[in-house]
Amino acid sequence: MAEIVLDKVTKRYADGALAVSDVNIEIADGEFVILVGPSGCGKSTTLNMIAGLEDITGGELRIGGVRMNEKAPKDRDIAMVFQSYALYPHMTVRENMAFPLRLAKVDNATVTRKVEEAAAILDLKAHLDRKPANLSGGQRQRVAMGRAIVRSPKAFLMDEPLSNLDAKLRGQMRTSVSRLQKQLGTTTVYVTHDQTEAMTLGDRVVVLRGGLVQQIGAPQFLYDHPANLFVAGFIGAPAMNFLPATLENGSLSTPLGTVALTDRVRRAAEAADAPREVIMGVRPEHFEDASLVDAAALDRGASFDAQVEVLESMGAEKFAYFSVEGGEAHASDLADLAADAGSAGVPDTGSQVVTRLSAASAVAEGQPAKFWFDTDKVQLFDPASGANLTYSAD
Amino acid sequence: MAVITTGKRVRWTIIDVIVVVYALVPVLWTLSLSFKSKATIGDGSFIPQEWSVQSYVDIFQTNDFLLALVNSIGISLIATAIAVVLGTMAAYAIARLDFPGKTALVGFSLLVAMFPQVSLVSPLFSIERSLSLFDTWPGLILPYITFALPLAIYTLSAFFREIPWELEKAAKMDGATPAQAFRRVIAPLAAPGVFTTAILVFIFCWNDFLFAISLTATTRSRTVPAALQFFTGASQFEDPTGQICAAAVVITIPIVLFVLFFQRRIVAGLTSGAVKG
Ligand SMILES: Nc1ncnc2c1ncn2[C@@H]1O[C@H](COP(=O)(O)OP(=O)(O)OP(=O)(O)O)[C@@H](O)[C@H]1O
Ligand SMILES: [Mg+2]
Repeated sequence: MAEIVLDKVTKRYADGALAVSDVNIEIADGEFVILVGPSGCGKSTTLNMIAGLEDITGGELRIGGVRMNEKAPKDRDIAMVFQSYALYPHMTVRENMAFPLRLAKVDNATVTRKVEEAAAILDLKAHLDRKPANLSGGQRQRVAMGRAIVRSPKAFLMDEPLSNLDAKLRGQMRTSVSRLQKQLGTTTVYVTHDQTEAMTLGDRVVVLRGGLVQQIGAPQFLYDHPANLFVAGFIGAPAMNFLPATLENGSLSTPLGTVALTDRVRRAAEAADAPREVIMGVRPEHFEDASLVDAAALDRGASFDAQVEVLESMGAEKFAYFSVEGGEAHASDLADLAADAGSAGVPDTGSQVVTRLSAASAVAEGQPAKFWFDTDKVQLFDPASGANLTYSAD
Repeated sequence: MAVITTGKRVRWTIIDVIVVVYALVPVLWTLSLSFKSKATIGDGSFIPQEWSVQSYVDIFQTNDFLLALVNSIGISLIATAIAVVLGTMAAYAIARLDFPGKTALVGFSLLVAMFPQVSLVSPLFSIERSLSLFDTWPGLILPYITFALPLAIYTLSAFFREIPWELEKAAKMDGATPAQAFRRVIAPLAAPGVFTTAILVFIFCWNDFLFAISLTATTRSRTVPAALQFFTGASQFEDPTGQICAAAVVITIPIVLFVLFFQRRIVAGLTSGAVKG
């Protein structure tokens, strides 16, 4: 057990590609930290540097207070779970799990006991003498976990360990990973692409973009207080809505109409010396069907009319989609997000807005409806730098 | 799945039989000839009228055949061993590492494989004479290695490319030194490829006639394919067909044994299950 510190860690590959630059992360003993970010942002590279599978170009990596830069993977006492599981095909499940212990020259009785213990935790007892080729995806995943936990390492590193499983199994495994980590209390660094995993698993989330750390914090904090456009757009599904807006003496003119700023938003914007042209961000759940909002609340927010284009009824809630005139918000952060979502190059048709309404809402597809949104929850971003102008740490 | 109709099955059976017969008739004919007695050897019947093992007895009565057999086994085994070891290292590097001149190396070995061997016979003959390699074991082992290496490198690098290298990383994370990772994880997975290559190279060396006939002069280094040419009957006027056939059967046996012995290790799909799959 140990804390892991990345101190100004940088990675430049032999071909000159700067994969990770100047990353500072302090991971406390027993903490569960998630690395998220779009494809190619340097998550695996960061993990591999902690593991010792990639050299560190600059900066220092300390585990348990000791500099690790020059240590071989085997001397770091860290276990890793790979996306592909990387099970040894010529060994049985038992031999796979025993492999790290055999290398550590542990005596036979202890090996047997530890493997049996791990198999019991992971519900693999019935499969110990089978070969990986004969196991299902979920079972292989558990063997990979088992191989990591048998030798009680200082830390676990996991690189998208659940991404090869189907949705249902992934859900199950997610809870068992979480339970296992709490039970063992081992420091864990976990790379994922998955929103749900990022939000639910970790104590803290690190958002990376192009090798740079964007923000580090508890999942809920990142959701409520994103430091910039990129984090705001990356965390949360469906994503936050972004609309171009203009600040004019205390009010905000937006494609959804002109809204009066609440005190909180105005003060924050003034403190941040906001430019005239900004980007307004509103989370889908901060919209509501205006007919379901009581009169007092109606006054606190802003109402507008729109034509519902698509309505998705999820049972417990409804998602209504509509587009608004008045152009699209532009910023490099948003372009990156669109590229990651695979929607780059989609023709510019104004802005799509997603709203999350109560199930009781009577809005219908193709029909006009009156919407309301909570203006106090609005976040403003600087289009040039992407910075959140309404950011506050509380 | 396509439905296999009776007509289709019959057609396939016929084709299969034709292919098998086409391949096996010469072999069986040789076998048949080797078991015929001297008197009936020219009778043209497929099944010997008069069974006899005299031809086999004959070939083992002279020293020539035994010596040739020893030469064949020794030269082929040594050449195979060296070619496979060198080929393994080269293929590992080609599959695994990025080094300057990699494409050149691959291209060059392809060039060696394509080079017409016949055109090398006379130069090699002169070179080996002046280096006193002519009619020695190394005199055959060296060209065999040269021409077996491209074969070995190609087969092996195809196998090596199939190994999921994440396993090596996993082994390192599990606490293995690079040597342990190679020995306990990579080597067992590469073994089928190495055995397959060994078989191919061995067969190549074992069957060679061109170099064997041109670079040897005496029983000191003459291998079986060449020695067969020098077979004569007990007297000058005797027809050695029976003995030649018997010898041909005998030299096929090591190949069959070699393949049977290693076949068990060539388990296709050994690496399945390592990764997601
Ligand atoms: N061996 C390498 N040589 C050169 N560049 C590399 C190498 N491996 C990765 N990179 C580059 O480094 C960057 C980060 O790669 P990395 O694999 O860490 O991304 P990632 O965040 O794990 O992405 P993904 O979500 O797709 O797995 C990428 O731009 C990639 O092209
Ligand atoms: Mg990755």
